[in-house]
Amino acid sequence: MSSTILISGGTLPDGKKSDLLIKDGKISEIATKIEPQGAQVIAASNSILLPGLVDLHTHLREPGKEDAETVESGSRAGVKGGFTALSAMANTSPVADTAGVVEQVYRLGQSTGLLDVFPIGAVTRGLEGEHLAEIGAMADSVARVRVFSDDGHCVFDPLVMRRALEYVKKFNGVIAQHAQEPRLTQGSQMNEGIVSSQLGLKGWPAIAEEAIIARDVLLADHVQARLHICHLTTAGGVEIIRWAKARGIKVTAEVTPHHLLLTDELARSYDPIFKVNPPLRTEADVMALREALADGTIDIVATDHAPHPAETKECEWQEASFGMLGLETALSIVNKTMVETGLMNWATVADRMSYAPARIGLYENQGQELKVGAPAHIAVMNPTSLFTVDRDLVASRSRNTPFHGMELPGQIVATIFNGAVVYEGSQL
Amino acid sequence: MRHLLSISDLSKAEALQILNTAEELARVSDGPMKKLPTLRGRTIVNLFAEDSTRTRISFEAAAKRLSADVINFSAKGSSVSKGESLKDTAQTLQAMGADAVIIRHSASGAAQRLADSQWMTGSVVNAGDGTHEHPSQALLDAFTIRRHLAHGGDDLTGLHIAIVGDVLHSRVARSNVLLLTKLGAQVTLVAPPTLLPVGVESWPVKVSYDFDSIIESVDAVMMLRIQLERMTELFFPNAREYSRYFGLNKDRLKKMKPTAIVMHPGPMNRGLEITADSADSARSVILEQVTNGVSVRMAILYLLLAGSQEIGASE
Repeated sequence: MSSTILISGGTLPDGKKSDLLIKDGKISEIATKIEPQGAQVIAASNSILLPGLVDLHTHLREPGKEDAETVESGSRAGVKGGFTALSAMANTSPVADTAGVVEQVYRLGQSTGLLDVFPIGAVTRGLEGEHLAEIGAMADSVARVRVFSDDGHCVFDPLVMRRALEYVKKFNGVIAQHAQEPRLTQGSQMNEGIVSSQLGLKGWPAIAEEAIIARDVLLADHVQARLHICHLTTAGGVEIIRWAKARGIKVTAEVTPHHLLLTDELARSYDPIFKVNPPLRTEADVMALREALADGTIDIVATDHAPHPAETKECEWQEASFGMLGLETALSIVNKTMVETGLMNWATVADRMSYAPARIGLYENQGQELKVGAPAHIAVMNPTSLFTVDRDLVASRSRNTPFHGMELPGQIVATIFNGAVVYEGSQL
Repeated sequence: MRHLLSISDLSKAEALQILNTAEELARVSDGPMKKLPTLRGRTIVNLFAEDSTRTRISFEAAAKRLSADVINFSAKGSSVSKGESLKDTAQTLQAMGADAVIIRHSASGAAQRLADSQWMTGSVVNAGDGTHEHPSQALLDAFTIRRHLAHGGDDLTGLHIAIVGDVLHSRVARSNVLLLTKLGAQVTLVAPPTLLPVGVESWPVKVSYDFDSIIESVDAVMMLRIQLERMTELFFPNAREYSRYFGLNKDRLKKMKPTAIVMHPGPMNRGLEITADSADSARSVILEQVTNGVSVRMAILYLLLAGSQEIGASE
């Protein structure tokens, strides 16, 4: 661990070119020209400096599915993508519904030490949607859980959802809802629409997402609690969130990189690498999501990084697991879909991928502006450097990236966490 | 043509080539020597991961009349419940030297997965994949319609065909919509709104919820099998009501054009989507469909595996 690092010639999110000196885990100086004086130098004249990215939705699979991912391998994938904080979803085995499990995941993150791992607690015991999990104990544990989610399952019982929303107010927590009406999506395989009808794959209608979002923003309004909508995918869902925010309801929403780029047309290959829940939607939905992310209706980008072992994808579509890798390609895809298209600048990227997710998760010490005295969590990215995604070169233990073979703009040059270089790209 | 996965992969000319080849092969089958030496030494595997005796037997008869070696491989149930994956099965068949695999599978897209993967190199014939497609069935249906109604014409221009019943879950309907419209026919889908796919308005067909309103104008009715479990899945209230609105019965039979024919891909639920007297009436070509199935499947295997050899070429 180098004590002093000089990032030279990089461009800050506001567009200013500056040198940036890191000492003792903090940003100690920002100036037009800083002399190295023995510091490790990262040449960043072609690069953007962003506050370390914060992912509010990561599946790290440990404990229980270590063949797919571990906290350690997921951390490596995270720093390779410019992240300095991940939020470990609760659908592990055993489920993260007790203080014991969240503390275990938290400690695994600490001992790996590449980035912060914030465990998300289950809303209900065993993700079964019936009884509240030990929410208070998880909040009071060393993991200090503030985000609760049954992700993978919808908290569909309105009474359970109401109680959960109310209960977490005690410590200003937030319920992150996987909005999927279960009866309307029994056996669903992909977006319900023209493509699913042609392919003979059972549809997952947009209304199944929108109906739960509509119900839950009303519940959140009623009990004056914080609601977060995971992986928003539909133009209709965007409209409901926009309406709710205009009413002052405390709702936030996330979009995944894959829903910003890919559409249900890809299912025509029947290759389950494109099978994900919620499913890839239509071009019109993709455009609505991009616009909503740009105007702030959608608050953040979250990866829903979902590693799966090969055999669960090398099979028939309907037998395959839902989910895609996301950490290592997230920023490049945001660059491609939002920055290169002119919808967002880098200051907005910093908000959607760092400040805002840290704010929603109450992650102190993360998502801070790059200024003197701030903790040195920094992603350095060359936005114009093109690379071809190769599933055989991922840091994740799994290879299920839907972007394999795709050329994307923007490579991470270095990731700095707590003042130490935790990832260095081949560019250095 | 390397595989037959979906009707959408066929041009009109290719579809007609299959039908014309089937006509030639049917003439051979009608002759004294039913068997042709064309595919001698070739290995064709019937991979049936879902129950279907009639389609399997039809393909088996077709392959044997072309002198191919036929291996029947039934891996019942899904890959997961069976324990062996489609990948492992495919690699096993590859190792055995299969020249073609005829696959029936409960998963939509299973045939395409097999063809697109690197798991095997032989030709793949889709013999029905989930609720996606059943191209050989559509080809034999088109063949049957053409024989009865095209008056020596090459395609099906000017004919009006109704496909009646559970379109939503029917691979037969999907393949037939693609093929019959490609061949110039006008297709009307007749079903309760619950059993029509979302987005059907983008299909090149007309849709009717009222069987009686179209029965007098059609040249052929294709009745689809209705599965009773659809009732518990709330697609319609009960069997009686389904039959009343969407079943083919004596009254509807009487209203049909004198030349119109009755078709069913089988197996039939007599008394549900079709009454016994309709199924056995003079209009019914249901058994001809079965006979024609062998010729059409011979044509498919012939065109996939024998390349440009002439039909009936001696050894």
